[in-house]
Amino acid sequence: MLLAALAVVILIMADLRFNRMETIRSLLDTIATPVYWLADLPTRLGDWSEVHLQSRSQLLEDNERLLQENLVLQGRSLQMSSLQAENVRLRALLNSAALLRDDVLVAELIGISPDPVRHQLVLNKGRSDGVFVGQPLIDAAGLMGQVVEVSAENSRALLITDVTHSIPVQVNRNGVRAIAEGTGALGTLEIHHVSATTDIQRGDLLVSSGLGGRFPVGYPVAVVSDIERDPGQAFARILAIPSAALDRSRHVLLVFTADSGEEG
Amino acid sequence: MVGEESHGYWVILLTFVAAYVLAVLPLPQWLLWGRPEWLALMLIYWTIALPHKVGIVTGLVLGVGLDVLEGAVLGQNAFALVVVALLSLILYQRLRVYGLWQQTGVVFVLIGINQLICQWVQNLEGLGARSLFFLLPAVSSALLWPVVLHTLRGLRRYYRVS
Repeated sequence: MLLAALAVVILIMADLRFNRMETIRSLLDTIATPVYWLADLPTRLGDWSEVHLQSRSQLLEDNERLLQENLVLQGRSLQMSSLQAENVRLRALLNSAALLRDDVLVAELIGISPDPVRHQLVLNKGRSDGVFVGQPLIDAAGLMGQVVEVSAENSRALLITDVTHSIPVQVNRNGVRAIAEGTGALGTLEIHHVSATTDIQRGDLLVSSGLGGRFPVGYPVAVVSDIERDPGQAFARILAIPSAALDRSRHVLLVFTADSGEEG
Repeated sequence: MVGEESHGYWVILLTFVAAYVLAVLPLPQWLLWGRPEWLALMLIYWTIALPHKVGIVTGLVLGVGLDVLEGAVLGQNAFALVVVALLSLILYQRLRVYGLWQQTGVVFVLIGINQLICQWVQNLEGLGARSLFFLLPAVSSALLWPVVLHTLRGLRRYYRVS
């Protein structure tokens, strides 16, 4: 009993205070993969049956819709390329670094943290795919979080809504900088230390500011949903709703930014 | 005899693997707080049924496994399960003669202790819950105890695990 108690205390201390468990953890994570695979099986079977048991008319309909969507998106991207070129020229005029397009890697969710206070995802890409600790994670709608643990074949990502997570953002409309912190609730971020007189409104889009060097610039993070300006308080109380579908996305994108090579 | 014994270990191991899978099974948001502590339930059963085989060391190893799965601090669940195993070891003779509802009550307390310890370690990490929802698994686990008891007892008798 004493031995077990000692072992547990040493484990907790080593992990919590000294971060000595990285290698052991990533090794054990590899062993844990089959368990996640098994737990994920029902969902995958559901997906499979959805894909394979669809009617022909449904598929034709989807195809038609997607073709139209593709056309619209292509039209937009036509304009996009000229705008990008213009952006690069303007940036050159301003002597600032050109924005490079980021490479992405599609990863699939194989598990979510079973503990409701921990907002973490387990992804099916790991060190062998070039994933590194600190790598940003996005979905189609916005920034989701960052990778915090990498093992050989899978990785663990922390969502922006986790209590321990903060991300530097700026208001897309006017560039006001702030820090969005997770609240532990999946649909809410809180923006701290914004003075009551700052120009920030409900509906403002917050994008990642790139300060801090971890997240790339310009990905949508959240939309301001609620502002409370109390004259008695130095700071306004601001809540925002994450843009990314944090609890719905099954396929996510791992972003390789232009300068992330040296970090990894 | 030797063959039968290894057969027995196999069943125990399988139930623990099943508990791991159930522990990380994706659940809808509103059910997340009430997820039963499957691993602790099965550990309690096996400790009561086979105290000479399953006990504190089993709890320690299983707990580390659960920590890895949950992405928790290594040792959080291990700590909780070691305590649960110890208490079950102390109580097993009484628990065996208890009626089902009395057992359910004890399981409620044991899982409650499990949750309190997990909560305590999470607080060290700065992740403490702001409500008493973290005790909900104690209720759901206790309610599931009769099911777990009968299933595992059936398995144990069918495969003659001893």
